[in-house]
Amino acid sequence: MTEVENPGSGRDAEKLPRAVQTTVRERVGAQSPMTTPEAVSVRLTVNGTRHSLLLDPRTTLLDLLREHLDLTGTKKGCDQGQCGACTMLIDGRRVNSCLTFAVMYDGARITTIEGLAADGALHPLQQAFIDHDAFQCGYCTPGQICSAVGLIAERRATSADDIRELMSGNICRCGAYTNIVAAIQQVMGRS
Amino acid sequence: MISFRYARANDVADAVRQIAGDPDAKFVAGGTNLIDLMKMDVERPTKVIDITRLPLKQVENTPGGGLRIGALVRNSDLAYHPQVEARYPVLASAIMAGASQQLRNMASTGGDLLQRTRCCYFYDTATPCNKRERGSGCSAIAGQNRMHAILGASDACIATHPSDMCVALALLEAKVHVSSASGDRVIAFAEFHRLPGETPERDTNLDAGEIITAVELPPKGFATNYTYLKIRDRLSYAFALVSVAVGLELDGDTINDCRFALGGVAHKPWRDPRAEAALRGRRANAATFADAADVLLRDAKGYAHNTFKIDLARRCISRALMQAARGTPQSQSSKKIA
Repeated sequence: MTEVENPGSGRDAEKLPRAVQTTVRERVGAQSPMTTPEAVSVRLTVNGTRHSLLLDPRTTLLDLLREHLDLTGTKKGCDQGQCGACTMLIDGRRVNSCLTFAVMYDGARITTIEGLAADGALHPLQQAFIDHDAFQCGYCTPGQICSAVGLIAERRATSADDIRELMSGNICRCGAYTNIVAAIQQVMGRS
Repeated sequence: MISFRYARANDVADAVRQIAGDPDAKFVAGGTNLIDLMKMDVERPTKVIDITRLPLKQVENTPGGGLRIGALVRNSDLAYHPQVEARYPVLASAIMAGASQQLRNMASTGGDLLQRTRCCYFYDTATPCNKRERGSGCSAIAGQNRMHAILGASDACIATHPSDMCVALALLEAKVHVSSASGDRVIAFAEFHRLPGETPERDTNLDAGEIITAVELPPKGFATNYTYLKIRDRLSYAFALVSVAVGLELDGDTINDCRFALGGVAHKPWRDPRAEAALRGRRANAATFADAADVLLRDAKGYAHNTFKIDLARRCISRALMQAARGTPQSQSSKKIA
């Protein structure tokens, strides 16, 4: 059994690492009863960089990246698994990061939109989204692109119908779907 | 979300030991429903036990010719498993009809069985809900009930079970393997989920302190004549208004064996032995299928906004039986209804 102990005194937030302090501050004034969280240690590799963190176990991977690691490319839309804006890759598989507790993914390898370009060159899907004008406001785009990276890695889509169905977890309220499918088809045709 | 203690379990014995005697503890696996409900303050566990490291990730053949699916096998891995695709295609199809690929990449087999209803009043803690708070009342009966049950409901609750996978598991007569600190047992799928009655707060017959370890499929998979037809408000990524899973065994155009199960219409996946008996030994044609639909829906009851589901269910049953009889199962990709 691995019951995680509280590493700090709990009452003295000044002694806690920054990640935990941030979460404590965020929760003040919330409707839920406020009690000092028992911080949990977790190790993650995000876009190739290793992090050792102490976290309030309520922290989602989405909030960890945006609020603690300053990786704001991943977007928060609905925050309840209905829109796909927060899609990122955990060990190569696309998931809704808003429905994760980061402490559950100890040792995992996370890839976000910021980790797709290599040596300054855009990922082929990033370039294809530009080529096909596959966005208007752009808010859903990081999730769309991470989802498409996962889609291509899954090697299950062979038609436009398949792409539409397997991309249905990514909502685009601007309605750029036609061009998103075209962008993905362009990259699938090359891979 | 309230604060909670987080613990990791190493194996099944460790998991059931950690949850024993703690009614406010919850297991978490995929997290796709529990974390959502915790954010809404519907679920308020004071301790969350992470079971994702348990060795329950295998899909194995059973000595009896069936398939044993570990409780932590993810939805997408199960739908794409070669044995499931080949021998139990109705299960693969039902899984692919549900949620999105991101969610299927997270959601576990055991967790799918334990999904809570998506009734909007269950989610809204400002409104009464007998499922969330026993005795507080049902807001849906006189409220917005377009998505709600037409079969097996009670004066206490008219919620539906949201799973697609479970409709196929009901059809296949799966067995649910569970463990607790006091031992192991097997629950027939038809006995796993409950009707609401006077105790809608209980979705299943899983006891406190029990954990699902596996779902076992019997050998019969209806791999030739099957379908999973799901009708919803948009073409993908929405819960069913009505869904129908069918498995037929035909001798020419005579029905030797038949099962069909409905989703989106009741508090549990809905099968009716009388409706299935109405098909056996008869010719596989539209008149036979319409008769079976009438039998299944004989006690259907609509509410202010969902009476349309009775006629929708009747048509879906006939169409799904025809798809299965013709060997043209519903594609979950093209969406064209054969």
